[in-house]
Amino acid sequence: MARTAIPGRLTKRAGWWVARLVERREETATACTLVLEVPDWPGHLPGQHVDLRLTAEDGYQAARSYSVSAPADGERIEVTVQRVPDGEVSPYLIEGLSVGDQIEVRGPVGGYFIWRMTEPAPVLLVGGGSGIAPLMAMIRARRAAGSRVPFRLIYSVRSERDIYFADELRRRVRDDQGLDVAYVYTREVPESSPARAHRIAVADLNTHGWPPQLEPTNFVCGPTGFVEAVSDILVALGHEPRRVKTERFGPTGA
Amino acid sequence: MDYVDGNMLAGPLQEVFAVDLTTATGRCASCGQTGPVAALRVYSNAPGVVARCPSCTEVMLRLVRTPNSAWLDLRGATFLQIPMPAESFTTPGPVTM
Ligand SMILES: Cc1cc2nc3c(=O)[nH]c(=O)nc-3n(C[C@H](O)[C@H](O)[C@H](O)COP(=O)(O)OP(=O)(O)OC[C@H]3O[C@@H](n4cnc5c(N)ncnc54)[C@H](O)[C@@H]3O)c2cc1C
Ligand SMILES: [Zn+2]
Repeated sequence: MARTAIPGRLTKRAGWWVARLVERREETATACTLVLEVPDWPGHLPGQHVDLRLTAEDGYQAARSYSVSAPADGERIEVTVQRVPDGEVSPYLIEGLSVGDQIEVRGPVGGYFIWRMTEPAPVLLVGGGSGIAPLMAMIRARRAAGSRVPFRLIYSVRSERDIYFADELRRRVRDDQGLDVAYVYTREVPESSPARAHRIAVADLNTHGWPPQLEPTNFVCGPTGFVEAVSDILVALGHEPRRVKTERFGPTGA
Repeated sequence: MDYVDGNMLAGPLQEVFAVDLTTATGRCASCGQTGPVAALRVYSNAPGVVARCPSCTEVMLRLVRTPNSAWLDLRGATFLQIPMPAESFTTPGPVTM
């Protein structure tokens, strides 16, 4: 059977399959990117996620969702995981899994929180902490396709040390035309910045987002409370709710 | 209580259905609000997941997976409208999976 153009629709759609960790990259003190090799990977769209499943010796299983953070590179996919203290799965992914180890993967899944390169609307990405993961997949896919759709990213982090993909983002702002990045620091502001530490607010979204009249697509991703706050502000600023796409990663965070 | 959103239902529901249901539009039987499944509030309390209406917080969908079956309770939804590409209807043929 020919492979389908819509990742995850037909190919092995229902199954879990065995992947191997081939590389690990540290992003921050509490997060790392895992590069997995998944045989027969059908490809994915930026914003889709996978479910990762661990099985204990007694047969107990735990599965969690992780966004793909980069476009597919053949059979290689990347996920970027933040260590949640006392978490069941994320500490194991970060500390317990060695290069060469196997893990079960299901996906790619999710058709809602995706950016389609054929859509001409300007894009606002708003990420909190690890919520940058699917947004980075979009930024990288845009570059890989040579797309000129204007992108703005507002990235909320506790401090400069908590920025994922910091070097690459700096480089992309310089080299990828039409990409702007603004940071919001919630705890500790770098010395070079005149801003004060604060949680993302109306002024940040007004200044660094797009006016609703341009009908941008807004992608908001991060901890649940962060996503609620940002999407409420965007709707209050006049963005149509269906143009505010959200993905909630779970409790607390940034 | 802690929750995520309907995006996380993509994997579990893909085990059951041939299409992505997170982009389906659902109507809440309790308050009448319509919206994407991806925007529901999802609470995982093993062995299942419960998805609530983001507007009135009533349960719209409940999915429980057992070793040999999946229980999908959709009592809280009056309908699900599922985007389907036209070619699904114009290319009948043997199921290849
Ligand atoms: C669609 C989707 C995509 C996701 N993509 C990513 C991703 O790209 N990168 C990533 O790191 N995570 C992502 N997550 C979150 C991830 O699925 C897990 O929830 C997270 O890694 C915690 O799992 P755990 O087993 O370590 O913690 P658990 O054992 O599930 O929870 C331990 C404790 O931490 C709290 N908790 C759970 N999740 C979080 C969280 N995200 N932040 C803070 N506290 C939490 C719980 O309430 C509990 O108190 C995504 C979630 C969804 C639904
Ligand atoms: Zn309702």
